[in-house]
This record gives sequence, structure tokens and C-alpha cells, in this order.
Amino acid sequence: MKKIISVTINNEIYEIAVEPNQTLADLLRYDLGLTGTKKGCDTGDCGACTVILDGDVVNSCLVLAIQTDGSVVDTIEGLATEEGLHPIQEAFVEKGAIQCGYCSPGMIMSAKNLLDKNTNPTEQEIREGISGNLCRCTGYQKIIEAIDSQKS
Amino acid sequence: MKDFDVIRTRAHRLDTPDKATGKAVYVDDIDKPGMLYGALLQSPHAHANIISIDTSKAEALPGVKAVVTSKEAGSIKYGVSPARYDETVFAIDKVRYVGDEIAAVAAISLEIAQKAVALIEVEYEILPAVFTIEDAMKDGAPQLHEDFPKNLCAEVHHEFGDVEKALAESDIVKTTTVKNKRQDGACIEMQGCIAEFDRRGTLTLVSGTQVPHYVQRTVAMVLGMDIGKVRVKKPYVGAGFGIKASANPMELACCILARETNKPVKMNYTRDQVFKLARARHGFTHTITTGAKKDGTLMALKHECWLDGGAYSSFGIATVYYAGSLLGGPYKLPNMKYDGYRVYNNKPTCGAQRGHGAVIARATFEQQLDMIAGDLGMDPLELRVKNMMEAGDTTCNDLNMSSFGMAECIDAVRNGSGWDEKKGKMPNGKGIGMACGFFVSGAGYPIYRSDTYHGTVIVKLTEDGGTALVYTASAEIGQGSDTAFAMIAAEALGIPLENVRLESGDTDMGVDLGAYSSRQTLMTGHATKEAAEHAKAQVLEVLSGLLNVPVEEMDIKNGFIEFKNETPDITDIRTRYIKEHRGWIDNPDSEKLTFKEASRMAFLEKGSIVGTGKYKPHLLGGKFKGAAVGTSPAYGCSAQVAEVSVDVETGQITIERITDAHDCGKAINMTSVEGQMEGSVSMGIGEAMHEEVMFDDKGNVLNNDLAEYKIVTSMDMPQVDAVVVESDEPNGPFGAKEVGEGAIMPTIPAILNAVYDAIGVRVFELPLTPERVYWAIQEYQKKAG
Repeated sequence: MKKIISVTINNEIYEIAVEPNQTLADLLRYDLGLTGTKKGCDTGDCGACTVILDGDVVNSCLVLAIQTDGSVVDTIEGLATEEGLHPIQEAFVEKGAIQCGYCSPGMIMSAKNLLDKNTNPTEQEIREGISGNLCRCTGYQKIIEAIDSQKS
Repeated sequence: MKDFDVIRTRAHRLDTPDKATGKAVYVDDIDKPGMLYGALLQSPHAHANIISIDTSKAEALPGVKAVVTSKEAGSIKYGVSPARYDETVFAIDKVRYVGDEIAAVAAISLEIAQKAVALIEVEYEILPAVFTIEDAMKDGAPQLHEDFPKNLCAEVHHEFGDVEKALAESDIVKTTTVKNKRQDGACIEMQGCIAEFDRRGTLTLVSGTQVPHYVQRTVAMVLGMDIGKVRVKKPYVGAGFGIKASANPMELACCILARETNKPVKMNYTRDQVFKLARARHGFTHTITTGAKKDGTLMALKHECWLDGGAYSSFGIATVYYAGSLLGGPYKLPNMKYDGYRVYNNKPTCGAQRGHGAVIARATFEQQLDMIAGDLGMDPLELRVKNMMEAGDTTCNDLNMSSFGMAECIDAVRNGSGWDEKKGKMPNGKGIGMACGFFVSGAGYPIYRSDTYHGTVIVKLTEDGGTALVYTASAEIGQGSDTAFAMIAAEALGIPLENVRLESGDTDMGVDLGAYSSRQTLMTGHATKEAAEHAKAQVLEVLSGLLNVPVEEMDIKNGFIEFKNETPDITDIRTRYIKEHRGWIDNPDSEKLTFKEASRMAFLEKGSIVGTGKYKPHLLGGKFKGAAVGTSPAYGCSAQVAEVSVDVETGQITIERITDAHDCGKAINMTSVEGQMEGSVSMGIGEAMHEEVMFDDKGNVLNNDLAEYKIVTSMDMPQVDAVVVESDEPNGPFGAKEVGEGAIMPTIPAILNAVYDAIGVRVFELPLTPERVYWAIQEYQKKAG
């Protein structure tokens, strides 16, 4: 049976009925139309569905929607503002860190969370910070350059 | 050097702001009113006869709208090469691998569709199955396809020159065998599609494909429809690498479900189904014998190759040819003999993957070159320099290198890596190795025999004159082709990139064979350039009439009209343009006449200004059977140096650094070229180090997820120093040629050679897992006593 939850997503409060077995990734994508969060495996291996849940990165395919009652979720759609792209997004565009783009939303969310917590990461810390996000196109080099350019 | 304004820059890609913000739409992001969800029933057995299929329980499930089997789908065979159409949408009387499609369901939700699939009852008669080349070739082995005895799907026998004589004349002859394991494409986006018929009978298939054109032809053939009634559109695609370069059974099943239900139907593969579909790198076993003179001159190559093909042909015929033909270069090799065999078995079907057919052949050969250099006491880099082809050379199998920046590539990696200071001087456990490679800039011929254009492009100018719209059926799959063609159009028209918009990936926009064989930059690029030049000529012709200046005395540059001689009075045109645009905000005030004004005048005189462009290669290759495979209007080439460290106690290899140089002709977009090089290296490292699709003894994929099938992560990837080498390719648009596939060629052998340099042990089986390397070290030490 569906249960009503209240969850804050990208600063908007949603009151929504969810199935007990529905994942956060599916809630975002199929119920709320926030399709920027991608699914590449549904088993928590690829990181394409990475979102920030209460300040930590999670694979949203491994989180049940019902668990997010009362939580705060940030997705890729919440990053850009009326002024334009978020600086990390700008850096990904500028450095050529995006090819097919399927891993990019999750990658950028991991990068944001890393830089939120550590404003001056070393290259090794950057590599660790995105190690849960698989990219088959870029070889990661330009992604790492993009994140590195956003150190303070 | 020619002066360019748009190409050869680091322009930002057109698609990346949308991709960075989650706005870019991929197939699963699309929702259609009234959409149904489809699911497939796939065989749980590797080899079985189908005795009966009962769909009644599935059909009775509330919410189910259609259940289809071969009864609805028919028996038309399809595949990749017309010579080996050996698949039907659904199995008719037997299944040949775990995953063979038997039926499909459309329902109001995915859950119901999956439940219905489970309710379909199939009675099987299980048949003995074969999983290896050896077992499949045995006398009395179970046959997968009636017409192919011993399960031999295809064989190739080529000889150029006199190999036995040349080997007899050689001072040194080396024979080695190298084996790899099947790879998976592991695109992060799994394949998906949505099919829908309108009430006039037109089918639109939206699919995450590399090849809208071939999918359109396959769908039309299998469903018995006119090509003109089938439209295939590609949204953004989460990469391809070859795995999405042909129609897949899900796309066809989805179209049939849409036809049966008259509703839009969406289908997606799960990750497990992606491994079942496979169509990725074959398992290869190469045995290569090379002969050389004492001074290092290469004399002959004798080559035998066996391909672990799987249940169907897919690209296999082309693969078995490529595996041989692409050893014809990049070295001067007067004599070459090749015997290639592709064998069916009851595993998923292998197909094409980045560096189609040639990657393991290259790994085998380049490792052997190092062994020969070692025996002759030569620097392996010098051995390569000594034998390297030059621009204008033709291989013994008729592949012509119209441009060839190989010497520059070797210099670049030699200097970039510090080769001369490091080679032979590194401590035990650390090593350096190098290798070279080359690849086609597009296959010389389409997959089906035809005189078709390989690409057609339309450039239309907007009525205000300000924007050029480029329409191409080519496939942006992540490599950056949309941006490359927009840049080519801007350069050819003489306008800034920001004034070009582009739509692609839709069969209604023309013919384009798609994103495979590293073809689009050269081929679609040519058609784009021609279309833009055609539009430009029409504008200048109208302007010539208005200003009474000959066309030859005018040009367009950076969005302005340039006059070679005296600048005519433009007042009339400007006044007319401003009057036309009363109330608009963009009245030109420059001293120079703008492209926009000229293009508006052209519109006023002629209506829509539409430029058209087309491309097909000139006649290529020799007359022998299979001569077409490996031909191309141009070849990219590359050299790489790998530096590794090896823990001799555990067999663990760490790749420390890769120095990579690639000759892509004139680079349309520098950043995108580097991106292809770095991405190629990462795929090559994955294949060299840990990628391996594993099976149990029933033909099930054991590591059918991205946790156990290990692609390279950010922690595995070393620093890559990518050096772009730019020759000027006479057959390329603005001198451009390929980078997407060729750049992977040297990676694996450079690593193999570096490992040998580190520990003095040759490894002949991939991937280089710690266990395999450990045992190779143990065996070597045992032999050495």
C-alpha cells in the first residue's frame, strides 16, 4: 500500500504517495520527472543515479523512496540557477569533461559533495571522491581536471 | 598552414550544457501519453528445441495488452552482413544461447509485463551445448545452424606475396600465440527504445542507437514496411563503442508490440540483458609468425586467427576479415598470409567493439616485434622507425596511407615519455614499453552492397539570414560529432559557431551510415562541408547580382562579407535589411556587410536557401574476395608508451603513466580529440588489466553486472599525456581523419611490452590479472631454475 511521505527536493517540499518498494531513483525519474538522475544498473554499481541525501552522496537506486520521508535531497536539476550553470557544471563544460553525458549528473553530484566537504582536495582525494561513479568515455582525466579547477 | 577560424580550436561542445544540468534527454527519459511497457522472455537454456509455447495465462493477466511470439513476428531473417542473416526476432523452433528471445509482452506497467513474461509456458527439449571453439569444431558436435557444418560461421584465406619464401630468407623467425577474453561494451546507458505507429501507419522508433540508418532498414525489412514509413530517431545516447551499431532484437520486438497494440511501447534492457545481448569484442586466439632480417627489416607475417563468435553472426564476418587485414600496416610488410576462422557456439553473440577486429591482432603483433627487437639487440622503438610506412605508401593488401604522421607520433611519445633516458635503465619491477597502430577513417563500403552515399547533409539558412541550421542523420553518441559538424559548417560558411544550430540522428534528415568504423568526422564531415559551401555559393551569387561584383571576388569570414578588391557601396542592402526588420533588435551597424544581411537578401530573392552535401568514398581496395574490409579513404595512426610497475610477489601491475600520440589529420576540435584518446586508453587498460566476461558451464554470464565486470575506475586510471599530431589528410574535410577507434590500438601491447621490461616475463593471455601474472612469473622462474 502506498504511503505519503514529505521530502524536500531541490528546496521544494513534495508530499507524495510512494509504494514501499519504490526506489528514490524511480520516484525522482518517473513520478517527479527529474530525469537528470540517470540509471545505469539498478544495483548500485555505476553511480549514474548519485544524488545528495541529507548531505551525503547516495546511489538513489539503492535508497527506498519511503526512507526519505523528512529528508533533504539534492539532484542535478537543483544546481543551475537563473544566473546560469553551477561553477562545477561550467568547469565540466569548459574542460571537455563530458562526452556521452550519461554519467555526468551523478559525477557532478559526487564532485559537488566532495568540494562541499573538502574545498581543497588533492588529486588522490578527487579520484577517491568520484571512484563510485563509472565513466566509460573519458578516462576520467578531464573530469579530474574540471574538479581540480574548482578547488579553493 | 591554412588559416582557420572555427576548427582546430577548443570550442565548447554544443551538447554539454544540457548534459551537465540533467536537461539532455535520453530514451528512458521520454514518456508518451498512453505508453505501454514491454518485457522480453529469453531462453534460460543455452541450446534447446522449443516444443511448444503457451501464452494463454500471460494474455489473461489484467493489464496485458499484447503477447507476441514468432507467430506475430514472422520468420524473416536479419542480422548485420546480408551474407549471414541468421537471426529472427523470436526463436522459431530452437534457442541457441541463454538469452535468445522467445516472446515479448506489452502491458500497462513494467511490473505487469514482467509478471506476464513469467506466466508464458515454454516446453523445451534440451540439447547438448558447446561453449568453446574446440568443442564446437569436434566431429559430431551439436550444430547451431544447419547450413554451417562444424559450426564454422566464416573463414578467410588471404596471401599477399610469397610468405614461405620470405620466411625462408629471414634471419630470425618468431612464432607466438596470444589469447584474450570476451569483452563487454559496458556503456553506462543500457539500450532502450520507444516504438509508436500513427494512424496513417507510419512507425517512429526512438532508440539509443549508433546507427539509425541500419536500424531503419532492418525494421522495414523485418516488419515488411516501406523504408519511407519507418522513421528512426536517436535521442542522446549513453555511448556505444560498437555494441549499439546494429538493430537489436528488443528494438524489433518493440515495433511489433507497437503494431499489435497501436500504442507507444517502451522497452529497456536490464544490465543483465546487456550482457546477454553482448555484440562486443570477440574472444580471439592469434598465432603469428614474423620473419625479419638481421638489420630488423620485416620480411613476412603468417597469421592464423580463431574467433569465439557465439550464437549468431552479427558483425562477425567483418570482424574475421578486419582481424587479418589491419595487420597490413603500419609497417612495410611485403608478404602476408592470413587464415581466419569464426566459430559459432552457445554463448551470447560477439560483434564489433572500438578498434573492430584489430585490437588483439595488434597486441599479438606488437609484442612479437619487441621480442624480435630483443633478439636482434635493437631498441624496439628503432625497429618500428626502421619499418614504418610513410604517406603515400600502400600495404601489400592494397590499403593506401594518403597521409601518415607516424614518424611524428613516435617522436612525440619518445620525447614525451623520456624513452631514451628510461628504456633499459629502469629498476627491476618497473618497466617501459611502446607500440604503434593505425585504423580506418570509416569503412570504404557500406555493410550492405550498394552505391549509396554514406552521408547526406542539409544546411538551411534561417529567413532572417542569421543562423545556419544543419540537418544530418549522423549519430552523436558522446564522441562530439554534433559539435564537429557544426564547427565544419561554420568554417565552411565563414560564420561564427554560435550562429550554427544542428539537428542529428533522425532518418528523416537524410542518409548517414552512423557512428561506427570511426567514420563520421571524415564522411559526414565531407557532406557537411559540401552542404555549407553550397549554401554559401547561393548567398554569394545573389549578392553578386545586387552589388555587381563577381562571386570570385567575394568571401565570407567570421560572419562578414569580404571583398578582395574595392569595397562596393552597401547602403542599399543595409537600408533594405533594416526596413525588413523594423522592430527587431539586431540591426547591423558594422562597417562591413554582414553575412546576415547577405543571406537575408538571398532569401528575399530565392526563398529558403538550402545547401545540400553528400559523400561517398572513391573506389578503394583490390580485387580479391574480402578486399573491401580494411579499406578506407584515410587512416589515423598512433603510438603510445606505457610505464608500469609490477609487484613480483603478487603479480599486481600498476600502470603509472601513458604517453599517447595520435595523428587525426587536422583536429576539428582539439579537446574532443584528446577526449577520444584518453577514453581509448581507458578502454584499452580495462581490457589489458581486468575486463573479462565469464561463463558457467551452462552458458550463463557469471559477472553480469558492473561490480564484477570491472571497467576502469578513477582509481585505476593513470595520467595520460595526449599529444595530438596533425597531418593534412588529402581525402578528409579540411584535412581531418579519425581518432575514435584507432587510438585504442597501441594501449594493450604497450602495456604488455612494459610488463616484460619490468620483470622479464612475457604474458600471452589477457587480461593481466594478478593471478595470471603471478603464475607466469612462477613458470618463468621454474624454467630459469
